[in-house]
Amino acid sequence: MTSALFSNTAMRSDHRLVSEMVTDGARVLDVGCGDGVLLHHLARNRGVDARGIELSREGVAACVSKGLAVIQGDADTDLFDYPDDCFDFVILSQTLQATRQPRVVIEQMLRIGRNAIVSFPNFGHWRIRTHLMFQGRMPVTENLPDTWYNTPNIHFCTIRDFVALSEEVKARIVRADALNAAGKPMGVQMPWWFWNLMGEQGIFWLARG
Amino acid sequence: MSVRITEIEEPNSEVLRLGLDAPLQLESGASIAPLQIAYQTYGTLNAAKSNAILICHALTGDQHVANEHPVTGKSGWWISMVGPGKPIDTARFFVICSNVIGGCMGSTGPASLRPESGEPYGTEFPVLTIGDMVRAQARLIDHLGIETLLAVVGGSMGGMQVLAWASLFPKRVFAAMPIASAAKHSAQNIAFHEVGRQAVMADPEWRRGRYRIEGTRPVKGLSVARMAAHITYLSEVALQRKFGRNFQDRDAPTFSFDADFQVESYLRHQGISFVERFDANSYLYLTRAMDYFDLAADNGGSLAAAFKGSATRFCLVSFTSDWLFPTSDSRQIVHALNAAGASVSFVEIESDKGHDAFLLEEPNLFATARGFLDAAARARGIAEGKV
Repeated sequence: MTSALFSNTAMRSDHRLVSEMVTDGARVLDVGCGDGVLLHHLARNRGVDARGIELSREGVAACVSKGLAVIQGDADTDLFDYPDDCFDFVILSQTLQATRQPRVVIEQMLRIGRNAIVSFPNFGHWRIRTHLMFQGRMPVTENLPDTWYNTPNIHFCTIRDFVALSEEVKARIVRADALNAAGKPMGVQMPWWFWNLMGEQGIFWLARG
Repeated sequence: MSVRITEIEEPNSEVLRLGLDAPLQLESGASIAPLQIAYQTYGTLNAAKSNAILICHALTGDQHVANEHPVTGKSGWWISMVGPGKPIDTARFFVICSNVIGGCMGSTGPASLRPESGEPYGTEFPVLTIGDMVRAQARLIDHLGIETLLAVVGGSMGGMQVLAWASLFPKRVFAAMPIASAAKHSAQNIAFHEVGRQAVMADPEWRRGRYRIEGTRPVKGLSVARMAAHITYLSEVALQRKFGRNFQDRDAPTFSFDADFQVESYLRHQGISFVERFDANSYLYLTRAMDYFDLAADNGGSLAAAFKGSATRFCLVSFTSDWLFPTSDSRQIVHALNAAGASVSFVEIESDKGHDAFLLEEPNLFATARGFLDAAARARGIAEGKV
């Protein structure tokens, strides 16, 4: 991690990490690419062949205006349409918890791409744990502001849950990072239990096992 | 009628005339010569000839995209999309639209006079395909000295032409925007077209297509064909909202077969005004060309093969209430383009206006078209603002 990377304050910290993992000129699919900020950055600064899938029409329109190739669709249904091995990296940022079948989505990502990069909110974070422990209610935090009955996030997991899922789908963890509440990456040397407690987000780079 | 005949031979448009020495070879094996292509242009071609956008019109459209129609006096069929400052910005782009061959607004079609006999072709005219229309347009683009079009844009049958362009001439199409279209005509769509054709041919005035020679007009047949087709362009919701069960100029049913309901009166009007500007035989030929369109079949059964290695950037648009060219048709193309590794964007626009939505005020369509074409222009190094 270079200091130059962090001088770019406009960029979301998880995007910064993802951008570090992607190789120059790679074929990249960003699933749930929103308005295309990450893809646009990757296309312009890293020379990647940038593709995206986005659920909202507004998001797709914003991407198209940026010159990005983005189709309206969703992770649960549209990954099946891509042939094997057509991407070097398939990215899923902060979307896994909103998919109906997270395991299938991860499997599909690793079918169509050689590498998958997944970032997700860590439900094992101490604040969520204390919220649940002391209030006995489903946590509503700054990062996860939705009530349980009105949230697109139907499949929360913890960092350790994700590690277990990676093993189950026989993916190799090439690299893993956790971001703390300030959006700063935590030390790579820290044990899983520490990340699972202190990390607000997990970012995993998976490759086929 | 007299106005229309003038449009067939001497249209109020630019005309490219190709002689007997340059026949257009058709997919059926037949050929057409001489051939004329009537077209309109808007804006200015830049010095690099890199800012040309070809618009492909739909079944009953024509080249009069953004000017007053010489027969009906109505404004162009896509003035909301094409013009200065519009998404297809004529202050910035050189916009071309030609009447398809087989049409009746100045490009060679069944109403044109055969050079040998001086009589209209009628049903002696060779059956055409979408690919034939596109090959004829390519002659026009050659004539205009344009190697690569910045974009080819069209809805419905126009979208089929866009797809055929991208498949037949991939290097000549920088960006492609097929709207509310399909890579093949469905059985249901062929069925509707067949009803229309049978209506035309059942009209005794049709005279086996020789009506112009025999001095008759199959007005009723063509008008019924148009009425049936028009229903397919609208959604159930749109029809209900526009007409409901409202009576036309009366308070109660007349217990007759008059146009009691507004929707009946509306359809009759659509039918009658259509025959004023359209040739019945053209309707047969163009619907047939759409029926025959199957881009996968043309490429060994694989739609992806039609776009293999394509460097064209695609943007597809469908509308939620379009049941004639439903979103699934567009998704099938997206799927194939992805399989071919082509650059593709796709938007499904929320609209209750049915297939016709692509011709109407749809701000989300305009925003998408503007964004896509701007990005294509930037990628091709075309400066912002006026040429």
